[in-house]
Amino acid sequence: MNVHISASRSPAPVLRVEGLSKQFEMHHLKRTLFAFENIEFELGEGEFILLRGENGAGKSTLLRTLYRSYLPRAGHAYYHTSEGVIDLASAADVDIAVLRRREIGFVTQFLNARPRVAAEEIVAEPLRLVGMPHVEALAEARRWLAAFGVKPQLWPAYPSTFSGGEQQKVNLARALILPQRLLLLDEPTASLDRSARRALVERLAELKASGVAMIGVFHHPEDVAHLIDREIQLETIRIADEPDDVAE
Amino acid sequence: MAAAYFDGRATGVERQPPRLMLAEPILTMRGIARSYGDVRALAGVDATVYPGEVLGIVGESGSGKSTLLRMMNLEDTPDAGTYHLALPGHEDRNLFTLDRFERRMLRAHHIGIVYQNPHLGLLMNHTSSGNVAERLLIAGKRNFAELRERARESLDASEFPIERMDARPRELSGGMQQRVQLAKAIALEPAVLLLDEPTTGLDVSVQALVLDTLKRLQRDRRITMVLVSHDLGVIRTMADRVMVMRRGEVVEQGLADQIFQDPQHEYTQQLVHAKL
Repeated sequence: MNVHISASRSPAPVLRVEGLSKQFEMHHLKRTLFAFENIEFELGEGEFILLRGENGAGKSTLLRTLYRSYLPRAGHAYYHTSEGVIDLASAADVDIAVLRRREIGFVTQFLNARPRVAAEEIVAEPLRLVGMPHVEALAEARRWLAAFGVKPQLWPAYPSTFSGGEQQKVNLARALILPQRLLLLDEPTASLDRSARRALVERLAELKASGVAMIGVFHHPEDVAHLIDREIQLETIRIADEPDDVAE
Repeated sequence: MAAAYFDGRATGVERQPPRLMLAEPILTMRGIARSYGDVRALAGVDATVYPGEVLGIVGESGSGKSTLLRMMNLEDTPDAGTYHLALPGHEDRNLFTLDRFERRMLRAHHIGIVYQNPHLGLLMNHTSSGNVAERLLIAGKRNFAELRERARESLDASEFPIERMDARPRELSGGMQQRVQLAKAIALEPAVLLLDEPTTGLDVSVQALVLDTLKRLQRDRRITMVLVSHDLGVIRTMADRVMVMRRGEVVEQGLADQIFQDPQHEYTQQLVHAKL
């Protein structure tokens, strides 16, 4: 157990994580990289958990494991949907895909821009996927691009040519345009200027007030200090560096 | 428990993980096996496709990915295995039991395909609009004005320049030929659109435009797609879920980001690392 929980209270449950562990098997090196072990916590509606720990302690890995970009090695992450409880650690891929479309969001510092798709179309896409007409979705997308400080002349341009900071803003606008039930935030403020950071924190506060549950890693936690309900401290665990130290 | 479950995934066995049943499959294949002489092309492959998604099938030459796609297009019958499409108003039966005529009708109405080689999908000396209309004719459309209008609409949706709709495919560039194939494939809103290396051999910039068209069609029309490619970049751009094949078997499958960020099987790790 390498988790310390600093405080606790209990609104309607969104996520209950039990004994969650992750390690990477690197076949070509015949090595196992241990990321985190035996994580336990609960998260309720409108709650905000901050993940703390040194570089390499597994903060981003934990977020990616909950989003199922990484497969956990053991444990459970019981997620309460409107249609029942599902274990994110072992749910079918198709259910995860549906949940990602409907209610679980992931915000990262990196934009995986598709070639030749305009910024405003990228931002509008989540709304279009839930059936909003094109014109309305586009108007909403532009509102969010403006809120994050992306200049109007960039809205119809392809973000693959943007600077890191501008790409990040497009990414945030896309990730936050559709209210989610659970939001995983992986250093969303990294490489953002001050006004964009302010817009982001305002949006997070709004989402939290509307009941969105959030888990986040922040480079500058002071930005979101007023939103934090609890903190989880992850500690770096051993890295199997020797070939004969491989598990199994 | 979870470890055993994920070990099952890494061996390519189709798992039966907990389901909320948030989506029902549109295409289900079970135990597809096919040998050509001594060559085992498919060794009992399972595949499931859900409405509106893009399933990417990746693997090197000889992995069986194109053979599997041809099975989905009912061009061949496996030695063993079943194939079901969930089509409203249709009796649910193993499609491999259909005769040639029934297969032709089912393909015309419900399955679209785009081949890497446009010669397989197009009549090169007929007009582009004629190629699309031919598809509609097979499906029983006879009104000339309607045929032309629907061909035009379908070419337009495939982002083909309408002013060239009466040009013959042999007069067109590779990218444009693929758009004609695409227009033909989507003319009747198929239950599933099969794409066999649709951008292989095109210039990178043309490839990006064709992929963008496909992405747009998927978003705007919710067309379900199965995309076969040896190009991991194409699969990464397009697919929601990915199946990795080698020597006629599925070695691993998962959500696209998981396959690329946290591949489990040794072969998938090699493939992904070789690319990155």
